[in-house]
Amino acid sequence: MTAAGATHAFPFLTVLVLLPAGGALAVALLGSVRGLSRAAIEWLGIAVSLGTLAIAIAIAALFATTTGGFQFVSDHSWATGLGVHWNLGVDGISLFLVLLAAVLFPIVLAGARTRSDAVSFVAWMLLLESACLGSFVSIDLILFFFFFELTLIPSYFIISGWGYTRRAYAAVKFFVYTFVGSAFLLVGILVVAFVHEHQTGVLTFSLPALEHTHFSSAGGILLFLAFTAAFAVKAPLFPFHTWSPDAYAEAPTGGSMVLSAVLAKLGTYGIFQFDLRLFPQASVDLAPLLLTLAVIGILYGAIVACAQRDLKRIVAYSSLAQMGFVALGIFAFTTQGLTGGVLLMLNHGLITAALFLLIGWIYERRQTSQVSELRGLQAPAPLLAGAFTVAMLASIGLPGLNGFVSEFLVLSGTFLTHRWWAVVATAGVVLAAVYLLWAYQQVFHGKVDLANSSTRDLSWAERVVIAPLIVVIVFLGIYPKPVLDRITPTVNSLVAQVDAATHTHQPAVARRGVAGTGAALAKKAST
Amino acid sequence: MSLAHPLAASAGASRRAVLLAHAAAAHRSRAVDAARIATPHIRYEAILPEIVMLGGAVLLLAVGALVERQLRARVATFGTLAVSAGALGVSLWQWADVTSHGGFTAVDRAVVVDGFSALVNILVSCAMFLTALVADGYLRRERVEGAELHVLAMVSASGAMIMGSANDLIVIFLGLEILSIALYVLAAFNHRRAASGEAALKYFILGSFSSAVFVYGIALVYGATGTSNLAQIAGFLSTRVLTSDGLLLAGMTLLMVGFAFKVAAVPFHMWTPDVYQGAPSPVTGFMAAVAKAGAFAAFLRVFVSSFETLRADWQPIVYGIAVVTLLLGAGLAVVQRDVKRMLAYSSINHAGFVLLGLQAATAGGVSASLYYLFAYTFMVIGSFAVVTVLGRRGDAAHDIASYRGLARRQPLLALMFAVLLLAQAGAPFTTGLWAKLQVVLASVDHSVPLAVIAMISAAIAAFFYLRVAVLMYTPLPAAGAAPGVETPAEEPVPLGRGVAARALAPTEVAVPAAGAPRARPLWTGDERNAVALDRLNAGLLLDDDPMTLALVGAGDGAAPEDAVGEGALGDGAQAVSPPAGGAGRERVLVGESGPAASLAFDTLAGGREETLDVVNVLATGPARVPPLSAVAIGLCVAVTVVLGFWPGPLTAFAHHATLLFQR
Repeated sequence: MTAAGATHAFPFLTVLVLLPAGGALAVALLGSVRGLSRAAIEWLGIAVSLGTLAIAIAIAALFATTTGGFQFVSDHSWATGLGVHWNLGVDGISLFLVLLAAVLFPIVLAGARTRSDAVSFVAWMLLLESACLGSFVSIDLILFFFFFELTLIPSYFIISGWGYTRRAYAAVKFFVYTFVGSAFLLVGILVVAFVHEHQTGVLTFSLPALEHTHFSSAGGILLFLAFTAAFAVKAPLFPFHTWSPDAYAEAPTGGSMVLSAVLAKLGTYGIFQFDLRLFPQASVDLAPLLLTLAVIGILYGAIVACAQRDLKRIVAYSSLAQMGFVALGIFAFTTQGLTGGVLLMLNHGLITAALFLLIGWIYERRQTSQVSELRGLQAPAPLLAGAFTVAMLASIGLPGLNGFVSEFLVLSGTFLTHRWWAVVATAGVVLAAVYLLWAYQQVFHGKVDLANSSTRDLSWAERVVIAPLIVVIVFLGIYPKPVLDRITPTVNSLVAQVDAATHTHQPAVARRGVAGTGAALAKKAST
Repeated sequence: MSLAHPLAASAGASRRAVLLAHAAAAHRSRAVDAARIATPHIRYEAILPEIVMLGGAVLLLAVGALVERQLRARVATFGTLAVSAGALGVSLWQWADVTSHGGFTAVDRAVVVDGFSALVNILVSCAMFLTALVADGYLRRERVEGAELHVLAMVSASGAMIMGSANDLIVIFLGLEILSIALYVLAAFNHRRAASGEAALKYFILGSFSSAVFVYGIALVYGATGTSNLAQIAGFLSTRVLTSDGLLLAGMTLLMVGFAFKVAAVPFHMWTPDVYQGAPSPVTGFMAAVAKAGAFAAFLRVFVSSFETLRADWQPIVYGIAVVTLLLGAGLAVVQRDVKRMLAYSSINHAGFVLLGLQAATAGGVSASLYYLFAYTFMVIGSFAVVTVLGRRGDAAHDIASYRGLARRQPLLALMFAVLLLAQAGAPFTTGLWAKLQVVLASVDHSVPLAVIAMISAAIAAFFYLRVAVLMYTPLPAAGAAPGVETPAEEPVPLGRGVAARALAPTEVAVPAAGAPRARPLWTGDERNAVALDRLNAGLLLDDDPMTLALVGAGDGAAPEDAVGEGALGDGAQAVSPPAGGAGRERVLVGESGPAASLAFDTLAGGREETLDVVNVLATGPARVPPLSAVAIGLCVAVTVVLGFWPGPLTAFAHHATLLFQR
């Protein structure tokens, strides 16, 4: 697969990645200047992240919908003797994750501010944004690994510095799980490059080049497992998820948003971009295993979420279920399933960020996120309740909101190839309605008591912050075409690549594409 | 020499016969040598870096004795800096010469000048330069006059250089002894500290034992091959098949033990934590960098070039040593409370990584090991420079608890140390990760499990590096926190709920009634602050003291930092400023601390002891950073980060040095 699309003179991706890092450095340096108010620092952080968003939007606007390959490629030799390149590129899968990250970080910086040590918080957040964006656009495996690892440091500091009561425990657990996972990833990357070097004599870590490496079936499976270990921990997929409820619940609001909405996507993104492209045969061979884990994750997450009494933990477990859906879509190996998986990553990011933000605001007002202590918030805070309703219903998968589109695509895509898995997973959708509606009812309905009666409604600033999320959630529920148009070519080429490598074929009905929207393109791709 | 001696390769030839033949040959050649004592021709430019370093040491010793007392420290420091810069210049010149004309052997083939030796010389000169910068501040602080530390360090450095360019086992032994004997003395340098003397004695006894083992190894190898010259050993082994190689293998194993001792590989690491902890901090940094560099240089040269044909025999042993070194080094570091001990174990872990490159026994492996040594040198000297500075007068404040809140007291120093620690952990965009990447890539070549073990040990190691890093960014109080009493870091806590209020409840301090619907400021009363401060200053703060609990509840570092007279007022004001979004009117704000360090840490630390440590630290204020130490730390961080972002030059350097390996 080669880079296609128009080449741009302006190094969009390099600037995209380096701008937040530069901002982080500036914030850290300016932070030591006396007399500079914390508001100024926070505004600087928001401005930098908005600048990044502007670049991301420019990339999305200039993104060509006619090709499935990497666009905006900038390839520079970096560590000469080692064959490592500063190789950045974006395709239909990573584009929306880049946009997601670029949209969410300004919201985090504006809406989930901390009371203490704003300088460090803003600096860490911007560095984290840089690392996330870098991971999504790296197409050199070592560079990807660098950014992938880099996300760990700021998130560890954010959890342990600004988290809740058990933050230390949560941060350590998060760190240990993820680091051990990525230990396997690094070794896996090196082995892939080593095998490729043996076959071709060229030491390279470039993804398009390594796609053509041949592995023995056992070797391919071991490497697939090594890569997937890191990604499954990050996503998280059952049974590697045990760090995530703790980390999501103990992290500060902004940390939970970023962890669940952006960092978690690194895991599933890695499966899309690296597992499927590098080890198509192993991916197909092990698909039943991963589909089963995904379904277990969906049901387990939903059932455990029903038993939670803390809003943050409910959303944490529902995230586990949602990431299970993404994995289900991936390993169904149909156009619908994969497209739905990509779309669900985007949608889940938006929804879960909105939910964590709203829960954070509830905590700010009431000092608790325990369902039992909240009651009747609808009366004193109607706008808060309204925003929560939209996000919650989107998470349940109500038609007309974005969650429905992606969940439907995933389930229908899975149904074509793996019928019974899809049937069982559908139960997860029902359970999601159970725990979210129950929680909603407890928190917002009912007769308001004395403690809850004075809860303040959303301020103007808060309305401005949450509005974009709500608008996008509704918009993508009604009109997902612009997104699907950009995802489909890449997914089509990915499916074609997997099919070609494994001599399997997805059902003909699936090839017709995503509910008609991508049909024309799919036909073009298949001819 | 005996190389020409035909070796009976028939199955009947017994080991004894081989030995006898060798003995006879050796005897004959000695007799010939005795007849005409020919001193070898010496190309002085081949050993110029060693001469500069050693000559400089002798000169400085003489000059140091002659100048006035007050000037001695300055003369010693700048003299050492000049000498190491000179040695660095000469080594660079050697490098340029080698790259253009290729390597050569000199002094009757006992010394070799190639890319490898030039790299080691450059490395050791840099390490010496940085150590001189760090040692200056240390000597002034501890009021030690005289040039001894510098002189001994230079002698030791010349030993490491000799090891790097030796082409003969005897010369390696010579270098090893020059290196070690000076280090024994250096370890005992601070004679006022009992720990220092104990460390030196331990190091000396175990070190001499390992030297003896090493010499025995040389003797056995000589007995088996009839030569101690590295190139001739390689030539001998490549052209002959030994029917009975027990002697050779025994000799080789003993050599390996000697080297493993010097590089502190498990199970020959026992001395390391004690010696690293007991030795003066700048010396520890020097020891960790230079002794390792010299010993690994010889280790690599002997095993990869001389014993290359016996690879199948020694590779499994190095494999085993590497596995235990990696895991034990990382595992034991986790439970250390003394930062110097922790860094000692971490250096053991690093040695394991360098061993990965050695056991790969390929050009890529050697190049990766060299890169690792180079990157490691700057990280470890920088780290110990920070430790030296923070050790304060007496070089004793190395408890991990005294690092808490460093970022508040000395932000730049904390940042530098954090970068160095993260680099050692293998953080992206530092030389640390590039180094790990290369050794693991080399070991993937023939053992993927070893690579996995190495990366898992890196994960364990990262945990304790990050623990210290986070601790530095954790504000001070809360030290005496009773385990389990923790408060949210940032969130306002209303009265009637939350631990702060619970902690206060039993005291007679008047607090608003519990369960009040609207929260009120908990910590506005300055008089309560004052009481707590007085107790804190008096060192009376106990775990179960309600005031401690109140302080813990109140969180922010305002109170204790007032004690050191730092501008804590701003922070205090910040802590009670209205929350974002204008949410709060009257509300208790728990400041930014709370016991933010890890739970694991808090249980490890044990409340009261740590409280007293904190009080001690507070009483003395920020540690003074001597300008030269600051320069050294800055240089180390700069090298680590700049070459992390721009990895080309150093990888190319290590790669090139390996290509120029003179076999």
